[in-house]
Amino acid sequence: MENLQITAATPESALLDLPWRVPLEDWPNDVLAALPRGISRHVVRFVRLKGRMLAIKETRDHYAFREYELLRRLHKLEVPAVVPLAVVTGRVGDDGEPLEAAIITEHLAFSLPYRAVFSQALRPDTATRLIDALAVLLVRLHLVGFYWGDVSLSNTLFRRDADRFAAYLVDAETGDLHRELTSGQRAYDLDLARTNIIGELFDLEAGELLDEEVDAIGIGDALVERYTELWDALTKVESFSADERWRVDERIRRLNDLGFDVGELAIVTDIDGTTVQIQPKVVDAGHHSRRLLRLTGLDVQDNQARRLLNDLDSWRAATDRLNDSEQLVAHDWLLHSFEPTIAAVPRDLRKKLEPAQLFHEILDHRWYLSQRVHRDVPMPEAAISYVDQVLRHRPDEQAVLGLPPERAHEDEETLLG
Amino acid sequence: MATVTFDHATRLYPGTERPAVDQLNLHIEDGEFLVLVGPSGCGKSTSLRMLAGLEDVNGGRILIGDRDVTDVQPKDRDIAMVFQNYALYPHMSVADNMGFALKIAGTPKAEIRQRVEEAAKILDLTEYLDRKPKALSGGQRQRVAMGRAIVRQPQVFLMDEPLSNLDAKLRVQTRTQIASLQRRLGVTTVYVTHDQTEALTMGDRIAVLNKGVLQQVGTPREMYDQPANVFVAGFIGSPAMNIGTFQVKDGAALVGNAQVPLERTVVDALTEADGGKVTVGFRPESLDVVGSGTAGSFQVEVNLVEELGSDAFVYGSLKSDVGASDLSAGDSDQVIVRIDPREVPMKGDTINVAIKPGQSHVFSAATGNRLS
Ligand SMILES: Nc1ncnc2c1ncn2[C@@H]1O[C@H](COP(=O)(O)OP(=O)(O)OP(=O)(O)O)[C@@H](O)[C@H]1O
Ligand SMILES: Nc1ncnc2c1ncn2[C@@H]1O[C@H](COP(=O)(O)OP(=O)(O)O)[C@@H](O)[C@H]1O
Ligand SMILES: [Mg+2]
Ligand SMILES: [Mg+2]
Repeated sequence: MENLQITAATPESALLDLPWRVPLEDWPNDVLAALPRGISRHVVRFVRLKGRMLAIKETRDHYAFREYELLRRLHKLEVPAVVPLAVVTGRVGDDGEPLEAAIITEHLAFSLPYRAVFSQALRPDTATRLIDALAVLLVRLHLVGFYWGDVSLSNTLFRRDADRFAAYLVDAETGDLHRELTSGQRAYDLDLARTNIIGELFDLEAGELLDEEVDAIGIGDALVERYTELWDALTKVESFSADERWRVDERIRRLNDLGFDVGELAIVTDIDGTTVQIQPKVVDAGHHSRRLLRLTGLDVQDNQARRLLNDLDSWRAATDRLNDSEQLVAHDWLLHSFEPTIAAVPRDLRKKLEPAQLFHEILDHRWYLSQRVHRDVPMPEAAISYVDQVLRHRPDEQAVLGLPPERAHEDEETLLG
Repeated sequence: MATVTFDHATRLYPGTERPAVDQLNLHIEDGEFLVLVGPSGCGKSTSLRMLAGLEDVNGGRILIGDRDVTDVQPKDRDIAMVFQNYALYPHMSVADNMGFALKIAGTPKAEIRQRVEEAAKILDLTEYLDRKPKALSGGQRQRVAMGRAIVRQPQVFLMDEPLSNLDAKLRVQTRTQIASLQRRLGVTTVYVTHDQTEALTMGDRIAVLNKGVLQQVGTPREMYDQPANVFVAGFIGSPAMNIGTFQVKDGAALVGNAQVPLERTVVDALTEADGGKVTVGFRPESLDVVGSGTAGSFQVEVNLVEELGSDAFVYGSLKSDVGASDLSAGDSDQVIVRIDPREVPMKGDTINVAIKPGQSHVFSAATGNRLS
């Protein structure tokens, strides 16, 4: 007997309309959205429901609940991860046989699986930027005590973040939240990440989806390097003599620059007061995005925020308002620069990229235009030129995620264990 | 290949009072298949993760061979965690899927091919080596994952409940495959499960843990025949052993209306703390149905009969004039008796049973330790 159960924080009756009596693998095309995915052992499919895009994964009850719970906790801890919506259990097929449970997550809008990013003709340092993003994600997860257990490119999603990428966790199945990680747990995660990334790049090589120039092992090693640098910058104890107090500010500025705020800094002075030791105790990612949010109400990724804040500074200088309050200037910048620029992009083209990403690209385009015409090009003019010369020819990243449709099927096969 | 030694190894999680693993002493022989078993939360996984280098060791040490690895990073311990994650790469051949970690390590091509072929032979994958994973069945894919670990030739394999995500049928199949594969490879293996049947069928030896404390290590037979304490007696065996605590009078335990004679040495070993009582255990198959009035026999009232074809079990309660008893098997609340499936009593009947000579287990009522 069927006894379908939907466990969700905010239950949605629309979920009941999905064909739960059919194995996910056989769901009809009219409910599915053919978006590219990473490699996975479980069956995973995307579904459009009431204007939203959902990701559904079939797995055993126990694992579905476990992953759901972990993703919820990660969400509360504000680390970048996909957001869980529900677990569906008690499924029975038309033949009366029980079917596996399903975990439903929100499809991460504008996200790019690594296969899509690598298969696009992007800048040559794409790999480096992906690795940087993954290193930041892994450090953030480790800082909150999350042991991943299966770090890989397939288990990560990437979003454009100004001229870089931001990485999100997509598969928490093997993870665990601890009070604090041991160095062994961190080292194991990192080593596994390296092995998996190299394996995934070998795979792209074998499928002729990767430029032959790309050095897979070098990229794997780069992750270890980047992670280690960042972890040290965020957690290392630093000692200096008492007359070098400026090094406290300097450390904080360095962390801000890396995108982190220092919530708590331990400062210890030795007994005779000649040396000082500092160590950050609480660091929070999102330094720039928090600042931008406070000033403008815009909620964007950290590097996008950094870019927007820089533009805000230039605008302030250009409009000769260095003596006005930052809050007030920010409000005017939003009204007279950011919003008109986005509005200059035709509505139907606007959904190709997030607004902050659009603004970032228009800024880049303006720089390039100004170089060519040897004068300062105003933003609205730059926006019009950008739409014509660039945006029109760009794939729609919210819907197609950068892959031509025939390519989207390459990853269709799921490797079930 | 190597031995593994836990030497007073202790793990105390930050913010907790009691160690999750408390002074574990365990020596695992070269090539041995050792199963760590116990109820949920007893510290099995923690022990395994200490060996893997994922958990700090707060006291004692861990050795692989003669090498103290207590402070060695996971990747430098020469161990392999099997089945943790086994994403197969669709564009790569089965051979490349198995050997890519060696390629990363810079192993010469010819040697990689040789090791992969050897592993494939053992895993019955030879004919698939040059195909893509798409061509493989679910079971074969799992064997490729196993192959990945094998080609690295680690000193020790670690497996933490590797079968838990399989359905019942595949679980029994894979269980046999893993056990026989391990014997052929001869690689020291530490295997964690909460399932005592899995432990009994797979392990050369079994280590039972409870509340972070090692209870007993031994071969499946030893654990079954000579449980060192009440916990092991009750945990190992399915259906579980009948265990109860009884008054001792004139050198015998008063089980129901019967006097079950105790060995001299057992009676001598009783202490004041035991309060004139012993704990007696006997397995369902250690009982004979006998005529009423047989010396040492007691009565069981039948509540339910479970017939399994070759076997039948009576679930019942001990009849006693001297008041209620706590005699029961596992968490069933009942006494379990294996009976001849051709002579099955009815619900409500009373049967007369006696413990077969030499098949009772006697434990101190105070400490739970084995006396007989
Ligand atoms: N919420 C989501 N938004 C966007 N993409 C998603 C989402 N959930 C899953 N995906 C895509 O589906 C793929 C497979 O999902 P997932 O990693 O959870 O499956 P899995 O079977 O558990 O994988 P593994 O074999 O690594 O255990 C991911 O690589 C990702 O590309
Ligand atoms: N990271 C942790 N922090 C605190 N306590 C833990 C942690 N991991 C496990 N424990 C506790 O340690 C004990 C042993 O856990 P575990 O080794 O996972 O047991 P098992 O594998 O036998 O189920 C349990 O009481 C569990 O709650
Ligand atoms: Mg995955
Ligand atoms: Mg997974």
